[in-house]
Amino acid sequence: MTAIDPTDHLTAEQIEELGRELDAIRDEVIADRGEKDAAYIRKVISAQRKLELVSRGVLLFSIFPPAWLLGTAGLSVAKIMDNMEIGHNILHGQWDWMRDPKIHSTTWEWDHVSPAEQWKHSHNELHHTYTNVIGKDNDLGYGIMRVDEDQKWHPFHLGQPLWNFINACFFEYGIAAYDLELGKNLNKRRRKNPEFRARAKAVGRKIRKQVLKDYVIHPLLSGPSFLPTLAATFTANLVRNIWSHSVIMCGHFPEGVQVFERRSIKGETRGQWYLRQMMGSANISGNRAVHFMTGNLSHQIEHHLFPDLPSNRYAEVAVKVRALFEKYELEYVTGPLPKQVFSAWRKVFRLSLPNKKPEVRTPDREQELVAA
Amino acid sequence: MTSATLRSRAWKLLEMVTTPLLPSDYLDLVSPLRAGADLRGRIEAVHPETGDAATVVIRPGRGWRGHTAGQYVRVGVDVDGVRLWRAYSITSPTNRQDGRVTITVKAIPDGKVSNHLVRRVKPGMLIQLDQATGDFVLPQAKPAKVLYLTAGSGITPVMGMLRDIEFDDVVMVHCAPQPQDVIFRSELHDLVAAEKLRLTEVHTATDGMLDIARLDELVPDWAERETWACGPAGLLDAAEKHWSEHGVQERLHTERFRPSIVVAGDGGEVTFSATGKTVDADGATPLLDVGEEAGVLMPSGCRMGICFGCITPLKAGAVRDLRTGEITEAEPGVLIQTCVSAAAGPCDIER
Ligand code: FES
Repeated sequence: MTAIDPTDHLTAEQIEELGRELDAIRDEVIADRGEKDAAYIRKVISAQRKLELVSRGVLLFSIFPPAWLLGTAGLSVAKIMDNMEIGHNILHGQWDWMRDPKIHSTTWEWDHVSPAEQWKHSHNELHHTYTNVIGKDNDLGYGIMRVDEDQKWHPFHLGQPLWNFINACFFEYGIAAYDLELGKNLNKRRRKNPEFRARAKAVGRKIRKQVLKDYVIHPLLSGPSFLPTLAATFTANLVRNIWSHSVIMCGHFPEGVQVFERRSIKGETRGQWYLRQMMGSANISGNRAVHFMTGNLSHQIEHHLFPDLPSNRYAEVAVKVRALFEKYELEYVTGPLPKQVFSAWRKVFRLSLPNKKPEVRTPDREQELVAA
Repeated sequence: MTSATLRSRAWKLLEMVTTPLLPSDYLDLVSPLRAGADLRGRIEAVHPETGDAATVVIRPGRGWRGHTAGQYVRVGVDVDGVRLWRAYSITSPTNRQDGRVTITVKAIPDGKVSNHLVRRVKPGMLIQLDQATGDFVLPQAKPAKVLYLTAGSGITPVMGMLRDIEFDDVVMVHCAPQPQDVIFRSELHDLVAAEKLRLTEVHTATDGMLDIARLDELVPDWAERETWACGPAGLLDAAEKHWSEHGVQERLHTERFRPSIVVAGDGGEVTFSATGKTVDADGATPLLDVGEEAGVLMPSGCRMGICFGCITPLKAGAVRDLRTGEITEAEPGVLIQTCVSAAAGPCDIER
């Protein structure tokens, strides 16, 4: 916890009441979930597929610069749609209620080098359950960065603005490595673990397929446009990676977002879990296009409270959630994309250096520092 | 290289082009009824039959293998965005020229799918199909005398037979509450007028339920007839008893519509069918805990309903969502989150 706990003013009863009020918001959406929502995701999927087809078609002629530009832009958008509004949300089970085996968390595979199965484990299970708990939620800096004062500093962190930049460019590979828990698993003993090997193999297979498609097959199909098509797909992947990295950084890293200690979640009640999600997430404000292109992760707070509600509902839910923040006098961290990205990056830079001398410390933390 | 291997290589290449999706995911956008696609059908028309029954005309996809008179087809219909599967008898003859098939649906009170099909579907909508199936069909050799004994929507598979093949001597006894509830009534009366059918209507609202002993009087030679009976369980049970008491049970063919009647209770006996374990569960303990307690290896994750890491097929029975109270009944393809679901009556979990 940061020095001053922004939830200090809430009593245990208030926190449980807050939990009940959030449950009621969830129930309301579930009761009303139906045909319109199903039509929405179907429409988005079909639009994404058409856009990808057309863009790849245009890229067959990418030897002509306007075609290159158009095709690359289209493919970038298609890839972003695939990962954000479609893949991320389907893999959360947001559309499982439709019972359509083609749009289901158990069958969906996305345009990403991390196989859906592994990502679901590290993201849905670890990250969403242990949001912002130091040592439990690996999303907190992805194991390569220090994003909170409470994380231990190491000289390695001096380079973290660079690591973060590289991670942004090759974000999907970063995620795959992270899903594999590469850092932890690469030591001699664990490397041989058959379960890890099977998972590493699956990632290898997925990478091979993705690379073959983007950098061999499609360029080859373009004939004389081989090189421009190759450059186009590379660019589209780069754009998608940087975009999703930025959006995701905005979810939990901007100033004002809280992190939690391991022991603070022991015996956590439902209300306390909700509260942690509220304090551990941040939104991006903007128009409908922003919400759509971020896969509605611009509503990160709402997404973390209700990860399985259909994404198209977060906007309406946000109004009610925000009212609860006000009612309980909590800070709803939000801001336009550039501001949030800047804020997150500033933190990455700031925390690449060791903490400045402590100002106000809770006794709790003093102990921790001593222990460290 | 044979053309088959050539084709499979070309397909492999195409899969590399479309990975991680399949070529069919793209083809479905333009041609959902093509050969090789998952079997679907397009609704082309809906004709009302009675106040609460309608015939739905379906153009099946190219993969449709046809049907035999009397068979049924399972259809998957999206109702309020949720795909639900139900079986309906095919009422069109097998030789229909335009290749369409029809099902005739009676809206049952609170029936989600039947009401949707009778009252809400519009031409142009897609539905999912299975191949036709069922052994409530006519034999290869033509019987000399036939009796059709039907009640309510039990007339639908028989109508498929009537329209398909003409017999020399056909009698039908059909029960419905009132004359206007008789599905296909005018067509039946046309057949009677053309002397192709002898028909007895039993109007149960005025005459009361058909007493099977009355058959002697309605169809004196019933025991000599090859009989197809379809209707509510009560009628069929009585018929089976009657036929076997007279030692002619091999002449009786029955078809039971099984509207899965699940009585949602509070807790119940839980079967883990893959492991072969059965335990009693209360209505408040998550099935994940119930299974683990019983030593069944259950997949799990967050244990609080957010990660979908615990979803498991529900093969039979019903479960209650502990958060919303919502009841989910077993149907093919239904998956439940075991960490937030409890037994609502006996159920079968595939673990
Ligand atoms: S264990 Fe996470 S949803 Fe059931």
